[in-house]
Amino acid sequence: MDRFAELLDRLVLTPSRNGKLKLLTDYFRETPDPDRGLALAALTGDLAIAAVKPAMLRQLVAERMDPVLFGYSYDYVGDLAETVSLVWPEPAGGMRADRAPTLGQVVKRLQAASRSDGPRVLADLLDNAGAAARFAIIKLVTGGLRIGVSARLARQAAADLGGVDVAEVEELWHGLSPPYVSLFAWLEGSAERPAGAAKAPFRPVMLSHAVEERDLEKLDPADYAAEWKWDGIRVQAVSDGGVKRLYSRTGDDISGAFPDLVDAMDFDGALDGELLVGSPSATGTFSDLQQRLNRKTVSPKVRERYPAFMRCYDILQREGEDMRALPFGERRKALEAFVAGLEPTRFDLSPLVAFAGWNELETLRTAPPHPVIEGVMLKRRDSPYLAGRPKGPWFKWKRDPHTVDAVLMYAQRGHGKRSSFYSDYTFGVWAGPDGAEELVPVGKAYFGFTDEELRQLDKYIRDNTVERFGPVRSVRADRRHGLVLEIAFEGLARSTRHKSGVAMRFPRISRLRWDKPAAEADRLETLEALIG
Amino acid sequence: MRARDLLKPRPEGLYCPPGDFFIDPVRPVDRALITHGHSDHARAGHSHVLATRETLDIMALRCGEGFAGATQAAQLGETITINGVGVSFEPAGHVLGSAQILVEHGGTRIVASGDYKRSADPTCDPFVPIRCDVFITEATFGLPVFRHPPAADEIGKLLKSVRQFPERSHLVGAYALGKAQRVIRLLRDAGYDETIYIHGALARLCAYYESRGVGLGPLAPATVEPGARKDFAGAIVVGPPSAFADRWARRFPDPVACFASGWMRIRQRARQRGVELPLIVSDHADWDELVETIEETEAAEIWVTHGREEALVRWCELAGISGKALHLVGYEDEGD
Repeated sequence: MDRFAELLDRLVLTPSRNGKLKLLTDYFRETPDPDRGLALAALTGDLAIAAVKPAMLRQLVAERMDPVLFGYSYDYVGDLAETVSLVWPEPAGGMRADRAPTLGQVVKRLQAASRSDGPRVLADLLDNAGAAARFAIIKLVTGGLRIGVSARLARQAAADLGGVDVAEVEELWHGLSPPYVSLFAWLEGSAERPAGAAKAPFRPVMLSHAVEERDLEKLDPADYAAEWKWDGIRVQAVSDGGVKRLYSRTGDDISGAFPDLVDAMDFDGALDGELLVGSPSATGTFSDLQQRLNRKTVSPKVRERYPAFMRCYDILQREGEDMRALPFGERRKALEAFVAGLEPTRFDLSPLVAFAGWNELETLRTAPPHPVIEGVMLKRRDSPYLAGRPKGPWFKWKRDPHTVDAVLMYAQRGHGKRSSFYSDYTFGVWAGPDGAEELVPVGKAYFGFTDEELRQLDKYIRDNTVERFGPVRSVRADRRHGLVLEIAFEGLARSTRHKSGVAMRFPRISRLRWDKPAAEADRLETLEALIG
Repeated sequence: MRARDLLKPRPEGLYCPPGDFFIDPVRPVDRALITHGHSDHARAGHSHVLATRETLDIMALRCGEGFAGATQAAQLGETITINGVGVSFEPAGHVLGSAQILVEHGGTRIVASGDYKRSADPTCDPFVPIRCDVFITEATFGLPVFRHPPAADEIGKLLKSVRQFPERSHLVGAYALGKAQRVIRLLRDAGYDETIYIHGALARLCAYYESRGVGLGPLAPATVEPGARKDFAGAIVVGPPSAFADRWARRFPDPVACFASGWMRIRQRARQRGVELPLIVSDHADWDELVETIEETEAAEIWVTHGREEALVRWCELAGISGKALHLVGYEDEGD
């Protein structure tokens, strides 16, 4: 348990992806079964502990400690799980001799606990653990570790352990269950690859490369089909012998959030497509889609107002037949016939875009027929469906980003290689009446500049600091003084969490406008007009 | 004599009217007794200073030779009489030379503990509990959430991370007096015998600790030769916490920011400071040590100063001991 607790503590404060992967892979290598598999399940959200609930924590601590002292402590720390883990008193009789249980023992006891003896089991575990382990136990109990590790990153670390592609782990994932002993045995080379036993398995998706300068001149337009690139979420719909599953592109099962779409999956096969909201005849905006994202369950009202449908790109499986090795052209024909038999309000085809040459496609790309289109996809007509991101068969050619001129307001110190640089920037645009303009923050960006520009920005921030709050500095920014940043971004959505009322998607710094006076930066109305 | 007539808070610091002296005054006074060399307790400009030999030496290193009009070294355990008031210095276990000060007059005994800790520290003498009528305790970590783990375990975490990330340097933030030397000494005790690189602000104090018999092993300045950036990969670098926010830190390859402090117990504190590897190593008593010490002194009355007074006063109330907050001003909350 102590090892797992230490892992959580390191992960939560390690900002870099590579650092997290290293910590995870080392842990998987050094930790025996079943602990490592249970840790993996805890990180991917696949570990269920039913009988112990967070509300018990307050009760348990109230039985052990003066409420006034607990109040002072909680006020200071601000997080219930952490406060309880820190203040939990050692039991009067001392810890048991066999303290420091393994993660496996802890999980087993928690899972075996009934509703009535849950509190007693939890208290006994906390009595016999150190502060870090107590925190980890409470995190397991309350669910949602919230340590900045996605399920995909955890699977990537497992894949790294065996030197295999993460797509292979994702493909197997839904046929496996904690503690994943067969998976680790395969990854360490001591057993065969586990057989995919589950119905309706996930198939690793095919991804594209961005079109780069001079790519197109080497390609023959006749070899490629073009489609709109829809800005929804890429999904895979699999229906197999009565089992229906909707997966995200990383293989997470998201069926629970889209029951309306899953119910309509009356077919036998696996489709690749884009999940959008509205209906095939009236596609909703990305803002609408956001109403349906990141929810475990969804109310009937939201379902009715923002119905989900799938715009189909490809067919991977058709009634027991694996279609992936067929060329795109043949798959496309099969897809057209297949989708024609599906519920039309829930499934439609992603239309092909006819074009004669790159210049014509460029014209179409810059003026797409719907705001949810973010560019075009190019798919080589003779290419099979390949897992991962092979270079050549598929390209994405995105619409040019929007840009806005904003004023630098706050800067925060970075991490790792950037730990002595102010490298995360909050910027704002002007709002309010003439003569009383104010900057309102509209976003934050931490890349898009060169190392040399980072040094210049850092110096500017140190020379123009108005106030400091821990690692954050506020920078002089008014009508007459301030640094203008040209910000590129992919889209805007309304946001009630931001004072400005707008939230940017994927903002990055495209240019430093040392030349531009702060007063000439854009106004909030310019952004609001983009939302439409 | 009533305790409150023997020592009382004044704007300058804790004052003894019959003895006419101050303990750790924050403003220049005629006669000052200094518990230890941290700058919030040991200030320059007093006419007379009484402190341990080490504290006087440290004050001279930090403030210059002329830091006081006249100085007198106090021997640990020896009673000195000042205007009829008995005064003796006893080890506080905080940093090298740190002392509690026992003030005794007319049968009343008050111990001003200064800053102290109870856990083992290879760089200074251990704290000695003294029976007294009034115990004046610090409360830097006076909340039940603060319970420091064994320092050796924290050093173990650091060494593990150094093995795990050999391509990065580990920058350990540690206060220049006490914490830095303790961290270095603990690394040596854990078997680490590589050269440890130190920030310039640590050099004289490390040399002084060495001269007092605290072996720190091979140290080298963390200066960089042009084009030699790779030299610090895999190295441990110790410096004052403020330096890591500074341009100084840029010479190190992809550093892991570590901070050796009792505050690192709270995850949000670590996050706010951009610390990647918190090391919970403190030179102040944690909650359990504060409570245990109060009990051992058998004092009927506890005066609580600098820190989170309210929780410790509450604890006294529950334990049936008279406790009150002194509200002395001018002592740093963050000095760990």
